[in-house]
Amino acid sequence: MEVQEEMSKDLSTHSAAVKRRMSQRLKKRQAAEKRFQFYGLAAIFIGMMFLVILFTTIIGKGWPAFLQTSVLVNVNLDPEIIDPTGERNVDKMMQANYTKIARQGLYAELGGKPKNRRDRKLMHNLLSRGVDVQIRDAVIADPSLIGKTVPIWLYAHGNVDALLKGAIDRNTDNSSRLVKDKQIAWMDKLVAEDKMVKRFNWGLFTHPASSQPETAGLGVALIGTFFMVIIVLLLAIPIGVAAAVYLEEFAPKNRITDVIEVNINNLAAVPSIVFGLLGLAVFINFMGLPRSGSIVGGLVLALMTLPTIIIATRAALRAVSPSIREGAYGVGASKMQTIFHHVLPLAFPGIMTGTIIGIVQAVGETAPLLMIGMVAFVQDFPTTPMEPATALPVQIYMWATSAERGFVERTAGATMVLLAGLFILNAAAVYLRRKYERKW
Amino acid sequence: MSEVLSLYVTGFLTYILPPVIVVSIVFFIGKWKAQGLAKQTSTAANAAGLHSRPPYHGAFLALVSFLPAVLVFLTWSIAEGPVIKGMVNNTLPASVTKLDQGKQDLITSVIGTIENGLNKLDQKELDLLKSASKGDQAAVPVEPETVRKLFESKNIILADNPEPYLLAAALKSRDLVQFSTYGKYIAFVLISIAAFLFAYSSIKLRLRARNGVETIIRWFLILASVIAIVTTFGIVFSVLFETINFFQIIPPSNFFFGTVWDPRFGWGATGGDGNFGQYGFLPLLWGTLYISIVALLVAVPIGLFSAIYMSEYAGPKLRSIAKPALEILAGIPTIVYGFFALVTVGPFFRDAGAVVGLEINASSVLTAGFVMGIMIIPFISSLSDDIINAVPQSLREGSLGLGSTKSETVTKVVLPAALPGLVGAVMLAASRAIGETMIVVLAAGIAAKLHMNPFDALTTITVKIVNQLTGDHEFGSPETLVAFALGLSLFVITLMLNVYALYIVRKYREQYD
Repeated sequence: MEVQEEMSKDLSTHSAAVKRRMSQRLKKRQAAEKRFQFYGLAAIFIGMMFLVILFTTIIGKGWPAFLQTSVLVNVNLDPEIIDPTGERNVDKMMQANYTKIARQGLYAELGGKPKNRRDRKLMHNLLSRGVDVQIRDAVIADPSLIGKTVPIWLYAHGNVDALLKGAIDRNTDNSSRLVKDKQIAWMDKLVAEDKMVKRFNWGLFTHPASSQPETAGLGVALIGTFFMVIIVLLLAIPIGVAAAVYLEEFAPKNRITDVIEVNINNLAAVPSIVFGLLGLAVFINFMGLPRSGSIVGGLVLALMTLPTIIIATRAALRAVSPSIREGAYGVGASKMQTIFHHVLPLAFPGIMTGTIIGIVQAVGETAPLLMIGMVAFVQDFPTTPMEPATALPVQIYMWATSAERGFVERTAGATMVLLAGLFILNAAAVYLRRKYERKW
Repeated sequence: MSEVLSLYVTGFLTYILPPVIVVSIVFFIGKWKAQGLAKQTSTAANAAGLHSRPPYHGAFLALVSFLPAVLVFLTWSIAEGPVIKGMVNNTLPASVTKLDQGKQDLITSVIGTIENGLNKLDQKELDLLKSASKGDQAAVPVEPETVRKLFESKNIILADNPEPYLLAAALKSRDLVQFSTYGKYIAFVLISIAAFLFAYSSIKLRLRARNGVETIIRWFLILASVIAIVTTFGIVFSVLFETINFFQIIPPSNFFFGTVWDPRFGWGATGGDGNFGQYGFLPLLWGTLYISIVALLVAVPIGLFSAIYMSEYAGPKLRSIAKPALEILAGIPTIVYGFFALVTVGPFFRDAGAVVGLEINASSVLTAGFVMGIMIIPFISSLSDDIINAVPQSLREGSLGLGSTKSETVTKVVLPAALPGLVGAVMLAASRAIGETMIVVLAAGIAAKLHMNPFDALTTITVKIVNQLTGDHEFGSPETLVAFALGLSLFVITLMLNVYALYIVRKYREQYD
């Protein structure tokens, strides 16, 4: 009896201990469960936070680039300086000293030409070094202005712009500040008279390359990117779709087509810089196409986009229900007719979505374009794809590596332009997918 | 602006519109003939009528008429340049053909300059040039000076007084080009007409026009897929070819086993004392791997945990927000990440390091790796998401039925089952990181060293490819050729990673399908 009692007591204490330990372990396990869930949520949160930080940084740094400080100067377009002979020869008028005209106008605004040479230089430095081009363009566009005094908005110097935007602190010591006290006094006067104003910076979209941030723009880069997108569309879509149709619908399923399939999948994962090497070796050195031309860039990007389009098209063709094909065969269509009249139109939204994704990749691509010399300082707008050009991401790279402080905001501004363009393309892809998506 | 527009409009009107019109006319001729045949016989004994519908006859006629001519024209255009060059080179005296390659190229370019200049001369000046090209045998000898001055007056600058044989070669080249151009167009027209007549006469009721057209389309499809394949071989061969050139100057042991990266720039200018500097690949490989490892250390935990949470815990609402948001990260161009690293992350780490007393470079392994890690989060998360979702539900239910918690199910059952696939996903992400260029160009630095300090700058293979090719170096010099050797190494490394990763992913997928 005693033994039995002892045993049951033992057992009960034992089971109590087990229960206690069990409940402790359960608590631990539930805590582990909570922790695990927390890690997951934290990971998603961190990922999304990176996205938010990235966008706020770029927008925060970039928005001032869309505004540009300008000075309203009444410039006297003196015929003595512009066209002393009066023959209105454009070549000679191009070479006139427009900087002098701008400076004289500025003296008049600020109460006369300073006597001191140092002060004169300070006053000159209120204006950008690119103002001569602004006046020249106005004169060439309308030679009847010569001899008149006209108000023109001239770009302020990059440092003046930075001070008005708060990038340069006006309360620091005069000697170490890039904008001197005297200049600030003049600026305040002009601002009070509403003659120095931040205006919307159209020049960011139209100006070509420049060494001064205030006259540098994305004009050449946008044209280059446009040419390259056109070339990619013209080459990659027909070739890519045709290749996908053949591989998906016609090619016999054997070892060779297996190799081709693996090959195309791998081609999509080849580092983009290697495509740049291909472009340099084949298109420039072997075929002799012009270095820096957007034709080479377009060809390289088309080759890069090809695998993306092929893979997307094959997926879209595969997604078309077999009943469509069987219906077409049933009414006597040939294989070619089935594909071109029935399957391809139904696969079209999928193909377009894949193509847009490929174009998005191509537009944002920088590295291969560096290889083929599109990192050039191009001041002339290209009219054909054979002429030197840059591209939007390459321009961002060039500005990002440039030392002038004014280029930081330009870089971020250009990045915003690029991201906005890509956003529109992506939105188009999503819209297409939503609108035409169908389930069989 | 209007000038550019008119340039494009004239270009369209001269080069695009006429061919389109001609081809359409031919198409309709074929279609109408077929329709006519069908009408004549619709009531007759030939009840079967046309074999193919009339538009196929039109397309057949157009394709057969112009395709051979276009092919001949293209082949001719490709072949004429080398053929003419060879014929011109044959006229050069033996003293020239014995020169080395560089000097011969120079002479070829001088001939090209003269040839381009010929277009600016009028007939009298051309006659002068012709007699000058005869040298001493000319009826009226011409002073060598006069030719150079003549060209100078047309804004064409020649370095020396051109030798008579150069002028003769340029004249001959011009004649050949003219002859070839005329020949090419005449051949095009003749072949088109002949083919048209043949095809037109062959349009009959029983002509299998559809089959013919479909065969041609099929060949076009094959050609397109061949181009996609040729690209791969193009990459391999073009890069391999230049790499072999590089290894003829620099021994492979210097490249593959060298630990010092110190190319001597401008060796050609100094005459080349035979010392081209050192091209050690190992510091670059180390930098690439180190930065990629840092990137994976950032991306794998974040990517994997968000994939687990999204596939196992998240409701449809969170999923519909978080998944696209993370995928946006994949769509951002790498140059944007590079700029972000340069102006935000780099300075942030530098300042943060200064606060805790660490010296962190603005461009460092940490900065580049961290930003690259952010970039590859979506690769890992979306691939892992797919792979985790592919684990059969029955495995989860079995585990939950035995009383394990959800997290235990994930860590002890789902993840082990998904492990091969996850390894594949990580390898794909790693190959992406190794081939990444713009982030490291802007944020990793250019110091090719072998050190372990994550707070100091290191460089990568891709950075050096960019550095070697964006300068103004002679193309044949080892400084530029080394970029191709680096590119080939990069290609091989990423290819091996990809092939293996795809193999693993595919093998794993088959187990549960």
